[in-house]
Amino acid sequence: MSEVKDTAANQERTALTGNEAMAEAMRQIEPDVVAAYPITPQTEIVQIFSTFVSDGLVKTEYVPVESEHSAMSACVGSAASGARSMTATSANGLALMWEILYIASGTRLPIVMPVVNRALSGPINIHCDHSDTMGARDSGWIQLFSENAQEAYDNMFQAVRIAEHPDVLLPAMVTTDGFIISHGMEVVNTLDDRVVRDFVGEYKIPRNLLDVDNPITVGPLALQDFYFEHKVEQAHAMMRAKPVVQEIAEEYEKLTGRKYGYFEEYRLEDADVAVVVLGSTAGTAKVVVDDLRKEGIKAGLLKLRVFRPFPYEELREAVKHVNVIGVMDRSDSFASIGGPVFSELRAAMYDMDQRPLVTNYVYGLGGRDVDLHMIESAFRELLSIQDSGKVEQYVNYLGVRE
Amino acid sequence: MSEKRAMPIKKGDGWKTIPIGGIIPEGGTAEAFKTGDWRTVRPVHHPDRCIHCMQCWAYCPDMSIQLNEDGTKVIGIDLEHCKGCLLCVKVCPDKVEALTSISETEAAKND
Repeated sequence: MSEVKDTAANQERTALTGNEAMAEAMRQIEPDVVAAYPITPQTEIVQIFSTFVSDGLVKTEYVPVESEHSAMSACVGSAASGARSMTATSANGLALMWEILYIASGTRLPIVMPVVNRALSGPINIHCDHSDTMGARDSGWIQLFSENAQEAYDNMFQAVRIAEHPDVLLPAMVTTDGFIISHGMEVVNTLDDRVVRDFVGEYKIPRNLLDVDNPITVGPLALQDFYFEHKVEQAHAMMRAKPVVQEIAEEYEKLTGRKYGYFEEYRLEDADVAVVVLGSTAGTAKVVVDDLRKEGIKAGLLKLRVFRPFPYEELREAVKHVNVIGVMDRSDSFASIGGPVFSELRAAMYDMDQRPLVTNYVYGLGGRDVDLHMIESAFRELLSIQDSGKVEQYVNYLGVRE
Repeated sequence: MSEKRAMPIKKGDGWKTIPIGGIIPEGGTAEAFKTGDWRTVRPVHHPDRCIHCMQCWAYCPDMSIQLNEDGTKVIGIDLEHCKGCLLCVKVCPDKVEALTSISETEAAKND
């Protein structure tokens, strides 16, 4: 443990917003190329980072492109050329990157991108929900969610290591909740530049375009006879990312004393009822769990950090003893059987001998505030489901007017 | 011309052996990919009329005009790669007509 203490002493308590924390992480990573386009609520990240560039604090080549489509395209080109490449975006900006997201992952380029979660228009909205990131869940990107600025900061470094791991070589997005985390100021423990530099190491990809002695073609055609094989190899890379996520988290814990994994279990061990939640709402829900515990109700919480690769085996194991689970989705799938987290977790539990009952709460769309009372009402419902032994409704919209 | 080479990715290769990310891991692989059978017409070179002006060589999009070793004379057509676009026939000077065309159906009768 002395190792943790020694390193912890080198950390500095700093008051930062989520965006400042991510920009600071990018300064410390010092990518070779950043190509970005502003979009609320992400704008600050690249704005602050561009100040670092103009102040000479980093040697990064900053490319102020004309759209997010171009931002991701520039990152694909530079990453394939052997340059560590980053961008950042939100909502409609992520949507505009769509086709290039698939090209980045299919070409196996470990680009790291902060995504500050924001609702997709329309109606036009700039506040938090997860519909942007969830829409990209099948784009082949690793997806790490953060509860607060500290986690966003820590996830950035780990994302670089996971993405660039030779067994993985996939792009990764690190998300924060728009405004709630991105613009909220809190205390963040930051690391020494040297510690970060040693942790992230050099950018290495097996082959790059600028290696003139070993010429390669990037992005050629692969039709009926090869495309499928490439996609299956890509699927296996995402499966291989799973143990790598854990391995990097353990290494990071030794360095910082902060523990990460696929998810965090909060008073879940003996819980009868529990919620599964992503991002900042976990903080609010933990307070509700504590309050209910004081009443003698065995409430618990599971905060999912890694949505891709989806840790279904570990999730199954973590919730197997719970009687009723309420999955909280900050995005909807419109007349599907539920939101993305719900449908995937529910599918993961199908093969269990004794399955928990499970219901879905779609909440917080377009930044709708989710307060203690709303989460408590959800828990009360879980308790009545526990009594009746029956889930009446799969999808419940939390805190919406009729 | 360099020696004949094999394609780095072979027909029937599976996901465990293909290069990741869909890259082609070496240069010049078009040489190993025979495209001659796409052709419905072919150019025919007449050495007796050729003035070696190199127009056909410069214009050929498939590098299928074969030259002698020092690269000064046209010696024929690489029919394994020529796709039969007949651009060479088009650019061959009118007074020379060292390149003419023949349909593959006709050519097959003579083969």
